[in-house]
Amino acid sequence: MRATLRRNKGSNKNVKSNKSFDQRKWVRGFSVAAILTWIFYAFIYDILPDIVQSFFQKWFPVSSANESMVWIICALGLNIVVGYAGLLDLGFVAFWAIGGYTAGWFMSDMFHQTNFHFASVAPLTINGIHISFWIVLLIGAAIAALFGVLIGAPTLRLKSDYLALVTLGFGEIIPQFIKNGENIAGFNLTNGSKGISPVDQIGIFGKKLGPFDDDWKYLILVCLAALMVYISLRIRSGRLGRAWLAIREDELAASMMGVPLMSTKLSAYAVGAMSGGVAGVAYAAYIGTVSADRFDFAISITLLAMVVLGGMGNVWGVILGALAISWVNSKGLPEIGNTINGALGTQINFPSYNFLLFGLVLILMMLFKREGLLPESRLKQILHETDDETSNTGGH
Amino acid sequence: MSKSVLNADNISVKFGGLVAVDDVSFDIPTGGVVSLIGPNGAGKTTFFNVLTGLYKPTSGSVTFDGLDITAKPPHKIAQAGVARTFQNIRLFGLMTAEENVMVAMHSHLKAGIISTVLGTRKQRAEEKESKQTARELLDFVGIGATADQFARNLSYGDQRRLEVARALALRPKVLLLDEPTAGMNPQESQTFVDFVYRVRDQKDVSILLIEHDMSVVMKVSERITVLDRGQKIAEGTPAEIKSNKRVIEAYLGKSAESGK
Repeated sequence: MRATLRRNKGSNKNVKSNKSFDQRKWVRGFSVAAILTWIFYAFIYDILPDIVQSFFQKWFPVSSANESMVWIICALGLNIVVGYAGLLDLGFVAFWAIGGYTAGWFMSDMFHQTNFHFASVAPLTINGIHISFWIVLLIGAAIAALFGVLIGAPTLRLKSDYLALVTLGFGEIIPQFIKNGENIAGFNLTNGSKGISPVDQIGIFGKKLGPFDDDWKYLILVCLAALMVYISLRIRSGRLGRAWLAIREDELAASMMGVPLMSTKLSAYAVGAMSGGVAGVAYAAYIGTVSADRFDFAISITLLAMVVLGGMGNVWGVILGALAISWVNSKGLPEIGNTINGALGTQINFPSYNFLLFGLVLILMMLFKREGLLPESRLKQILHETDDETSNTGGH
Repeated sequence: MSKSVLNADNISVKFGGLVAVDDVSFDIPTGGVVSLIGPNGAGKTTFFNVLTGLYKPTSGSVTFDGLDITAKPPHKIAQAGVARTFQNIRLFGLMTAEENVMVAMHSHLKAGIISTVLGTRKQRAEEKESKQTARELLDFVGIGATADQFARNLSYGDQRRLEVARALALRPKVLLLDEPTAGMNPQESQTFVDFVYRVRDQKDVSILLIEHDMSVVMKVSERITVLDRGQKIAEGTPAEIKSNKRVIEAYLGKSAESGK
């Protein structure tokens, strides 16, 4: 970590060449880590001695790796909105929920009054709409992006704090709507708080993945995450990414340079929402169910914490943040708790303190390392420079 | 020089009871270098902001190149060909000098989300070309060596130059410079005069300056318009303005005039 930071600092003189070099190295690192993890869980894990197996089962099961991939996909989307375009969004869970329910609608017997099958692995005898997971991914991405635009259009006229508040509102409205959507003029749209279950299994190369094919699902999820990384990096380096950053840096100057604020912000929302939708579909298909009470405010905050902890604007930082926080959430805290409880004979419910922990971490980060663990070199600069240099640029 | 590229007709801007700009008409001749001067609070920057679409005038209209741009959104006016720099530099601090310039090419580039993600040949060619143009512009304003540095790390003078390069990337017909020599030493200000003419001649733009430094204004302007308390009090060549009574009054106050 230290080495990385130092390297970034040294690269200021010739940012371009060093940055792309860095980027390539990170891409390679990510791919190697992803493939090694897959090989480990798919092939090596089974031949390990029992004691090692149970260690991994306890601390690093493949299911928690899968879950973190979903978090990564979602956090990368939020990073586009918050990290690139500088628009604070406190209701990102809405897009995850929309993706999840898209999977619920198009991959289950939810609408049992119809019977539509398309490239799905679900048996033809089951009523409802059953479309292939891969197509539903696209549908989910499209619907979420559409909602991103619908939510964005009225709200993006607002600035910073106000925008945050309104997005917070939308993040609450959509789950509420879902919870109460079992009888919309007589039509059951969301199955209310019971949720939609079961969601069809994922099919790949004609093979139907069962609930225990976690290593295959890992492969699929990690590929989706890689795709999001690729999309983030590509867009960032192009025309649109520059416009996003310009808006983050100085909205007024950006508009004076011919950047249309509304449509540029909307596109950030749409792309971000899209990855939220992908994450939602993937997660629903992965766990085989969608339920309304999963999509609460805490998810939005956790996602934001991932982005901030990792380093806003840097996809690698965000991945690191997502891995760290999702692991602590799913395995770290419960297992550490069990270990401590077991050793001391106490009965403390450690997982219930997760937000205490996140809050503490966020406060400490803001005090000592505001730019995140693995910051974009740009942000590190602005947060760690003396004031006399900022005064150069005039009063803003 | 009789034709003008930008006309502002009877512009008034009121903020509540305060009349910031009061019925000012003004035009920028094609290929000209003209200045807008006046004491602090005369309404110069407000007037500028009307021209660039930041403020909507209470009454009056702005015509640019035969097109009514009154109260059009800023990005539309920018795309039409009115570029500006800012009194207190407003660069995109944490983007490189090159990226800063490339942002202003936004409206000229065509790549959409999908072609960017796929990295189509067209998109790559476009990127390469815009990079090249950005480098050329940076060279033109004399800061080509700083292309890869963050804008906020540039020296003050270089930041001013970068603002001009960025504005030129819009391929404007009119360039509005808001106090471009603020914070420059006398020597730098003198080189600036040559720079303004170089920009006009090589980039084919008409230039409007707001300027405080009278030695610069007198040297650089072909015509000067003077505002005081929101009203246009004089207009003419530098020589005419220098000897205009009302201008001297506005700058030095009535008492100074009578005490002479």
